[in-house]
Amino acid sequence: MIQKPPSRRTFLGMGLAAPLILKMSPALATPEEMQAAIATFTGGAPVTEGRVTLTIPLLVQNGNAVPLTVEAESPMTEADHVKTIGIFNEVNPLPETVYFHFTPASGIAKTQTRIRLNGDQFVHAVAQMSDGSFWSAKTNVIVTAPACREA
Amino acid sequence: MTTMINVPETAAKGEIVEVKVLISHPMETGFRIGMDGARVPRDILHALVATYNGVEVYRVDIRPSVSANPFFAFHLRAEESGEVVIAWTNETGQTFAETRPITVT
Repeated sequence: MIQKPPSRRTFLGMGLAAPLILKMSPALATPEEMQAAIATFTGGAPVTEGRVTLTIPLLVQNGNAVPLTVEAESPMTEADHVKTIGIFNEVNPLPETVYFHFTPASGIAKTQTRIRLNGDQFVHAVAQMSDGSFWSAKTNVIVTAPACREA
Repeated sequence: MTTMINVPETAAKGEIVEVKVLISHPMETGFRIGMDGARVPRDILHALVATYNGVEVYRVDIRPSVSANPFFAFHLRAEESGEVVIAWTNETGQTFAETRPITVT
């Protein structure tokens, strides 16, 4: 059977969709280095999305100082608390950004800092609980003036 | 090296209070090329540890991706009067520490 040539409508549709695919895929593809860094942190244990809130402004003007707030839900008791929250990025020279360690005496596992971001990307937060489970959150960030690019 | 540490002077027993730390430091990443075309050697803070009456409440493994003049805000559960010690380590392994009192009512 001879394949029917695409109709004018589908052809135009493909033309419109192509740049979307080209533009979307690099942003969604997670660089291997960061995944490797997360795997090193978790020791290969499964990571579930949830229980972690990562707050970064969606649009950042200065990539040299990006305010970051991260919180993991936990009763913070001796039996059940957040041990570590790791922050990972996709575009900086090093995927490991910073690690925060908490203890039951912290009260809540919530912290704030300022980080450098070298371009638009997803920033990931992975929390390790005292029971050995891992939970994560990610946030998309658009950086208008990336770090590491000053003249 | 200037440092700003904000620990609430008083807190109710059991209250979760916020501590803020700002350390003046260039946090040179080691990836930047200087004016002479050579790589500027890395000079970052590597660790920051906060203890409250001798018990660790917060610790950070700092990497070059942390901004210059690192800022950290964290929490601790106020149980009894005492002191909060913030200690940090620089590129050469030197450790600096600052102590702030806290009164629990």
